[in-house]
Amino acid sequence: MNIIVLMKQVPDTAEVRIDPVSNTLVREGVPSIINPFDENAIEEGIRLVEKHGGRCTVLTMGPPQAEEALRRALAMGADEAVHVCGREFAGADTWATSYTLAQAIRQLGEFDLIICGKQTFEGDTAQVGPGVAEQLGIAQATYAIEVQIEGRKMRVKRVLEDRYETLEVRLPALISVVKQINEPRHPRLKNVMAAKKKPITVWGVDDLDARPNLIGLAGSPTSVVRIFAPERHHKGEIIEGETPVVVDKLIEKLRQLEAV
Amino acid sequence: MAVDFAFTQDQQDIFAAIKEFCDEELAPKAKETDERGDFPWETVRQVAEMDLMGIPVPEEYGGMGMDFLTWTVAAEYLSTACTTTGAVFGAHMLALYPIMAYGTDEQKAKYLPALATGEKIGAFGLTEPNAGSDQSTIATRAERDGDDYVLNGTKIFITNGGEAEIYVIIATVGQRLGVRGLTAFIVEKGTPGFEFGKNEKKMAYKSLSNRELIFDDCRVPAGNMLLTEKRGFRVAMGTLGVGRIGMAIGAVGLAQAALDAAVPYSKTRVQYGQTIENFQAIQFMIADMATEIQAARLLSYQAAWMKDQGLEFEKVAAMAKLYASEACSRVTSKAVQIHGGYGYTAEFPVERYFREAKLFEIVEGTSEIQRLVIANRVLKEYADKKR
Repeated sequence: MNIIVLMKQVPDTAEVRIDPVSNTLVREGVPSIINPFDENAIEEGIRLVEKHGGRCTVLTMGPPQAEEALRRALAMGADEAVHVCGREFAGADTWATSYTLAQAIRQLGEFDLIICGKQTFEGDTAQVGPGVAEQLGIAQATYAIEVQIEGRKMRVKRVLEDRYETLEVRLPALISVVKQINEPRHPRLKNVMAAKKKPITVWGVDDLDARPNLIGLAGSPTSVVRIFAPERHHKGEIIEGETPVVVDKLIEKLRQLEAV
Repeated sequence: MAVDFAFTQDQQDIFAAIKEFCDEELAPKAKETDERGDFPWETVRQVAEMDLMGIPVPEEYGGMGMDFLTWTVAAEYLSTACTTTGAVFGAHMLALYPIMAYGTDEQKAKYLPALATGEKIGAFGLTEPNAGSDQSTIATRAERDGDDYVLNGTKIFITNGGEAEIYVIIATVGQRLGVRGLTAFIVEKGTPGFEFGKNEKKMAYKSLSNRELIFDDCRVPAGNMLLTEKRGFRVAMGTLGVGRIGMAIGAVGLAQAALDAAVPYSKTRVQYGQTIENFQAIQFMIADMATEIQAARLLSYQAAWMKDQGLEFEKVAAMAKLYASEACSRVTSKAVQIHGGYGYTAEFPVERYFREAKLFEIVEGTSEIQRLVIANRVLKEYADKKR
């Protein structure tokens, strides 16, 4: 079973601030981590390989420092890593990113399953996974919380807003996973040491069969005009007192607002 | 550049992994692990799955093939996060080490892999009701009978007792011989005639097992003897040497936990209109705590390093054990003091740290025994010098 996990290095959100003047993310001095949902994707990839055999390859597009994140994925137990890296890829929106990753996946050859996190912590779009599936023309199941594979069929339980949905899809396919699917493991010492010897393949723009006008900023049909922190809303009104009094006041309030 | 305090890249990477594991898995559960009163199998299994149990064991026997210094730093992190789990980890080494250091190839092949992976836990049985600091009075008899030795006697306070599956036991082939009669055996749990007695109730470490080991005509194959007859004192001393490093670093880890609790508290507790970190009285305590921890840590690391270098390390190990354990008591006491009345309540971890600290001054050779060991070595060093 050949599994490819898509992952991204992101700033640790617990440490991120937004510059109130420029409205951009302050990244200086902020540690980088693997996008938390992607850790779930890596864990699921490793577990499926442990169960069904095969190989788990992690793939990322990002700056040179993203190697750290790949190294951690290898220390968790991924078998190999591919790093798409180069200035030409910078500034890509979700469309160009999906295209670039799909081209890298084509170049990797045969695969059975692609796994990614449901979304990243900083971009929050949840578009790249589905975009890659569309580019490759394969089935996709997003927000997966449970996966079972039998032969060439995969049953995926999806978490929707108000219900679960179970789909059966034919492999090869792509799934995006939610946090609840598993508990990502800590890298054990033997794997930390072994990861140092595992290969990380770096592909630049010349190594990838990708059209220049479809990658990076040039290949991005969308652009970010402005990032801003949402304004803090006023504190809600708290009605205090004995329960019957509070209930009466609340009903009165709702009537005033013509909510009831 | 003769002295180099830097860790290698491999060590740094490994320590980062251990730190992450300790912070995220052990520390949040430490209070519960202590209060539950059952042997902490859950955390011990996790430690084993992280490959921590066999750090200094050669890779051919399932270990990491790293040095004792690396093991020592791992023990420190574990102790800071969860003293109970750290104590199990330290006691485990007391069975693993003598088999690794004194075992035959057969004994190593049979016992080391399970100990190195943590599939089985180990324990070391030396102390008896009438033999603690003085090992010449050990009364557990080992009598040769054909291809076996028959063990009779009782050990007490044995850490991991009852839970461990592999025990290194110090017995005697003739009590009249004093320490020269001591002989070491590997005994497996489940061997007929090997039973477990009372589990001690203690001042702290509710979840740690400290039990009696009872040998009643327990037959142990002669092939389970470490070294030869009458060489058990060497096994015991070698094991205690490593044990002292383990205890020293355990005390360092615990003292660090106390500092880690006390400093943030001093930054939130307000008295007289300001946080108490601003008061010199508190600052002086923090300065003393941090300094003593660092001194104890360096002594412990140096002892481990000397062992790795094949140098005579007993004196420095005794110094580390003595200083770290007593420093730990002072540091945990100050941590309670900084917390004031709250520090005396079970709401904050420092009251537990304070109780846990006392153990380090007693086990693996009391402070008094460490002083004797140190004084003995120092006096000898001067005796060798011509005036």
